[in-house]
Amino acid sequence: MAQQLHVELVAVEEKVWSGEAEMVVARTTEGELGVLPGHAPLLGQLAEPGQVRIKLPGGEQVSYEVAGGFLSVSAEGVTVLAESATPASAAQGR
Amino acid sequence: MKKITKAMELVATSRIAKAQARVEASLPYARAITGVLTALASNARIDHPLLTPRERVRRAGVLLITSDRGLAGGYSSNAIKTAESLIARLKADGKEPVLYVIGRKGVTFYRFRNRPIEANWTGFSEQPAFADARTVGETLIKAFSAGADDVDGGPGADGVLGIDELHIVYTEFKSLMTQTPIAKIIGPMEVEDRPRSEGLLPAYEFEPEAEALLDALLPKYINTRIYAALIESAASESAARRRAMKSATDNAEEMIEKYTREMNSARQAGITQEISEIVGGANALAASGSEV
Repeated sequence: MAQQLHVELVAVEEKVWSGEAEMVVARTTEGELGVLPGHAPLLGQLAEPGQVRIKLPGGEQVSYEVAGGFLSVSAEGVTVLAESATPASAAQGR
Repeated sequence: MKKITKAMELVATSRIAKAQARVEASLPYARAITGVLTALASNARIDHPLLTPRERVRRAGVLLITSDRGLAGGYSSNAIKTAESLIARLKADGKEPVLYVIGRKGVTFYRFRNRPIEANWTGFSEQPAFADARTVGETLIKAFSAGADDVDGGPGADGVLGIDELHIVYTEFKSLMTQTPIAKIIGPMEVEDRPRSEGLLPAYEFEPEAEALLDALLPKYINTRIYAALIESAASESAARRRAMKSATDNAEEMIEKYTREMNSARQAGITQEISEIVGGANALAASGSEV
């Protein structure tokens, strides 16, 4: 059974997106990073401007332009903290 | 009159709901950033300037949040009163208070009394956005870091007088009927290093290093705190205005009722008098007629 990640994308003024996903791809200040279920706990600062892509089960993908963001991976899931997040034009599905 | 106050009451009511929704909406972020900070603080050395109390506190910043418009009952004056007592306490401790004011009411209050305001922001008290909080936060953080090297009686090496402590006075939204102004210290911050019950903390990886991450994260955290205070104050302001307008509407209604009644009885008195005059006149005529 494929494990799933619980992903939350929260901006300061509201929760932008939350749900289950297969993978989260983001770029930190150190480099591009993909998070799969079972990833080691991690805290990262996202590159500016950064794009966060969330791969949904079923092959669809949601992406957001994120400014002033942080990425936190823990046993419970992935949390993306952002000062602002806007859906990228390439967003598919949803 | 009554219509105006009633309209303002309704506007305020809808604003409360909006402001409350924004308080709700900001909670997930606040929770997440607190969680991240806690994780970071328990994994990294905490000697960040924003976290360590200064040995000698000379100047203490006070950020006061008031409203831009009046007609909100005691909302602004209560906040100012709380700030004043905080300032008195700071002075008693030998600290020099430095004022930062949000909202036209607070600015007017201090301008009128010729008291210096370090910086002020107006125009967004009812519907604050995060960008506003960030502007405020950046100014405060700059002042806070500038305060690090201050010496007695003057600015330190950087030539800028900063602050060594940062307090915030805002109005807490308890319910529709109660809003209490409170003073809190937000700098240096206290990160709760609470022991977790679920065993060992996960060993986090950091990208970039923990110290750099803390540098980037802490100002954001302060901005978040300011933003939270701003939106809560906005909710309180609307609630206070709604209550003030409600009692104004009630008073107007009472007055309208009273005056309507007075008017009616005056009219009735007039009618009664006229009737009695006519009756009296007729009686007099009848009396004189019968004599003829």
